[in-house]
Amino acid sequence: MSGPARREVVVTGIGLVSCAGEGIDAHLAALGTGRPARTDTATFAPYTVHPVAPLALDGQIPKKSDQRQMEPWQRLGVYAAGLALDSAGVKDDSAFKGALHLVVACGGGERDTAVDGAILTGLRDAPDPGAYLNERLLNDLRPTLFLAQLSNLLAGNIAIVHGVTGASRTFMGEEPCGVDALRIAAARIASGQVEAMLVGGSYSAERPDVMVVHELGGYLRRADHSPVFSRSGEGESGFILGSAAAFLVLEAEEAAAARGATALARLSSVASDRPRRAPGSVGASLSALWREAGVTRPDAVISGATGVATITAEEGAALSELAPGAPVTALGDVSGHSLEVTGPFGTALATALVARAQAREVAVTVVGHRRGEGVIRVSAA
Amino acid sequence: MAVTGLGLVTSVGQGQADTWAALTAGRSGIRTIGRFATDGLRTRIAGTVDCLDTDPLVAPALSQRFAEVAAEEAVSQSGIGAKGDFPGALFIAVPPVEMEWPQRHALAVASGQAGPITYTDLQRAAASRRFDEWHDLFIFGTVADRIADRFGTRGSPISLSTACSSGATAIQLGVEAIRRGETAAALCIGTDGSVNPESLIRFSLLSALSTQNDTPSAASKPFSKNRDGFVMGEGAAALVLEDAEAARARGAKILGYVLGCGEKGDGFHRTRSSPDGAPIIAAIRAALDDAGTMPGAIDTINAHGTSTPENDKMEAMGCMAVFGERMRDLPISSNKSMIGHTLTAAGAIEAVVSLLTIQHGRIPPTINYALPDPAIPLDVVATTRDMAVSRVLSNSFGFGGQNTCLVLAGEPA
Repeated sequence: MSGPARREVVVTGIGLVSCAGEGIDAHLAALGTGRPARTDTATFAPYTVHPVAPLALDGQIPKKSDQRQMEPWQRLGVYAAGLALDSAGVKDDSAFKGALHLVVACGGGERDTAVDGAILTGLRDAPDPGAYLNERLLNDLRPTLFLAQLSNLLAGNIAIVHGVTGASRTFMGEEPCGVDALRIAAARIASGQVEAMLVGGSYSAERPDVMVVHELGGYLRRADHSPVFSRSGEGESGFILGSAAAFLVLEAEEAAAARGATALARLSSVASDRPRRAPGSVGASLSALWREAGVTRPDAVISGATGVATITAEEGAALSELAPGAPVTALGDVSGHSLEVTGPFGTALATALVARAQAREVAVTVVGHRRGEGVIRVSAA
Repeated sequence: MAVTGLGLVTSVGQGQADTWAALTAGRSGIRTIGRFATDGLRTRIAGTVDCLDTDPLVAPALSQRFAEVAAEEAVSQSGIGAKGDFPGALFIAVPPVEMEWPQRHALAVASGQAGPITYTDLQRAAASRRFDEWHDLFIFGTVADRIADRFGTRGSPISLSTACSSGATAIQLGVEAIRRGETAAALCIGTDGSVNPESLIRFSLLSALSTQNDTPSAASKPFSKNRDGFVMGEGAAALVLEDAEAARARGAKILGYVLGCGEKGDGFHRTRSSPDGAPIIAAIRAALDDAGTMPGAIDTINAHGTSTPENDKMEAMGCMAVFGERMRDLPISSNKSMIGHTLTAAGAIEAVVSLLTIQHGRIPPTINYALPDPAIPLDVVATTRDMAVSRVLSNSFGFGGQNTCLVLAGEPA
C-alpha cells in the first residue's frame, strides 16, 4: 500500500460463534479435532449442516423485543458483535462505540418457508397467478420480516442493540466480501481515516432456501462430513454449510495503547484479488497474494477452502508449496462453510492462536466458490 | 477528487442528455406498472425503466443491465484507459439479491410434487441440473463480477449496501480509496431494478409507499403537506472518479469535484430517525467539514426528499439545524418528485444530477409542490430555476440508521 505514514493495525477484540460454541477457548479447542463439533445430517437431508451451538441470547441481546425483530442470521451476528465488544473491553464505553465505524459482510436473511410453500402450492392451480401472488403476499408476509431480511439491517441491529453508531457499510458478495471488509477496514485505520472499526459477518446455514441456491450449480455436498481437502472423487465435491458469526475490533496500535487495551494480534496485511477463473488461476492468484501479504514462514495456515472440486485441490497444492511443513486447518473441518463470514472467522481464529502464543504468524486463505481469492496475515503484536 | 465521466439511466431517459432535458422540463417518469399484475395492490405505480429489459426479468439482471448502460456512458465520456481496461477499482451499490417468484414457481412445477410444496421439492428440482445457471443469477456478487469483467476494473470489486444511501456510499468508498493512494481512478455505480411484486409489497406493508395511483405523475410530492409516501423508482448512475492531478495530467476534461463525504449511524430505530435529528445533522456537518466548506458556501441542496411524512420532516429539521435561518431561502429540490425513489441507486443518480445542476446553472424542480407543508418552511424549487451553482449538498438517508451526505462542486476547494 502506498500513501503517507501507514499506521499499524491491531486486533483488540474478537467475537466467535459457531457449531463449536462461543468465544476463544471453545474455538481453539475445536481447531485440532479435524471434525466440526456439531453435524446434523437429518433435518435438511440430503444436505448436512453444522448447526450453531445453543446460545443464551439474553447475554448479548437483552431486550426480547429486539430478539423478536431479528431472524437467526441477525441474532447470531449481533451476538458475536457483542462478544467482540466485550473482548475489547468497550462494551460499556458509549463514547467509544458512538465513534466506532462498522463494516459488515453478509448476504440476506431468511425466508418464511411456510408462507413460501403455501403460496407455491396455491399458485399451481390459481386461475389468475398474478392476482393470487399479490393477495397472498399482502396477507401472509409479516411486515417486519423485510427488515429481518435486508442485508444492511444486521449493521442496523448492531447499532440499535450495542450502540455502535459511528457509521456502517455492508459488503455483499459471498466469500470475497468478507476479505474485502477486513481489507478496507484495515486500510481506513492504517491511513488515518478512522481510529477503530468493528468488522465481521454472520451466516445462518439452517435454512432450506439457501440450500436451493447452492444446490443450483451443484456446490452443496450431499453427504456427511469428510475432511475438506480430501473431497475428491465422484460425489465428494462441495461444501457443507455451517452457521457462524465472527466480529473483530480493529484499532490503530497507538490508539489502542493509549486507552490501555491489550493488542491480541497485529493485522499485518489483507490482500485480495479477482482474476478471471481458469485452470490454474486460483493457485497463481494465491501465490501472488501470499507474496503481496508478506507471508514468509507461518506457524499455521487457516484455510477457508470450500471443498468444491478442482479449486480446493489447487489451493491445497499451492499451500504445500507456499507453506511447506505448516499445519493447514480447513475452516470446513471446524465450523463448516459460512460464505461471507469465512475471512473474518479465519482471521479471528488466527488472532486467538497468536494471542494465546500458539503461533507467531498465521496466514488465512479464502478462495471463493465462484470468484475471488484472499490472503490475510496475522502476527504477534 | 475529480469527476471525469457521468452516466445515467432513469425512468425519464437513458443517458445524461435525455434525463437532464426531461428533469428540467419537469417531466415525470412515474407510471402505472405494466411489468406485472397489480391486482389487489394498494400501490400500482412506479418509476420503472421500461426501455431496457432482460430475460429473465429479475432484479439482479435488470440492475446489471442498467449499470452497464450507465457505466458505458461514464467510462466513454471520461476517455480513461482502453475499452475493457479500466485502470481502477469498482465500487457498486446493488440491491440485495434473492430468487424471485417466477423461478421458485418453475422449480415447484419441475419438482412434480402434486401435494403441498415445500423447499425440499425446490431442492430436488434444483438438483436436476436443468436450472444451474440460476445459481450465479441469484448470488450477491454476480452483478459486480460481470461489470468488473466487462469494464476490466482492477482488483476485487466491492458490492455494497447502505440501503437508500448506497449510491452515495459507493462514491464515498471510491473517494477514500483514491485518497489512500490505492488506486488513481474508481468506477462508482449505484443501480436498482427491483420493481417486482414482493419488493413493492414489502414497502407497502411498512406503509412507506404513496397510494395515490390515479394520477401517477402527481403521486410523489416531496415536502408537500399532502405527501403520503414514496414511489419506487429504478435506474442507475455511474461516476468515474480520478485523482485530480492524474486527470489533468492525462488531459481529461474535469466535469466537477467530489469535495467531501460525511456519514453518521443512527441506533434509534430500524426505520425511523432519532427524533432530535442528531445523526442527520452530524452527517451533513461531516460532509461539510470533509469538504472544508462552510454552510454559507452551499448554493443548493439536492434533497433525499422521499415524499414520506417522516423523511421530509426530519430532513428539513436537520437542514434547518445546520443552515439556520438561511434554509428559508436556500434552494432545495428533490429529483424523486419525477423519477421516484431509486433506492440503492438514488445517492449516485442524485450526485450526477447535482453535478449537471452545477454544469448547467439550472436546478431541476420538485414537481407537485402545490401544497407546501407549513411545518417545514423551505425554499422548495417548484419550477426549474436558473442560477449560478458552484456547490451542492446531496443528502441520502436509509433504513437501518444510514445517513450519507456528499458535497459536489464545479471547482476544487
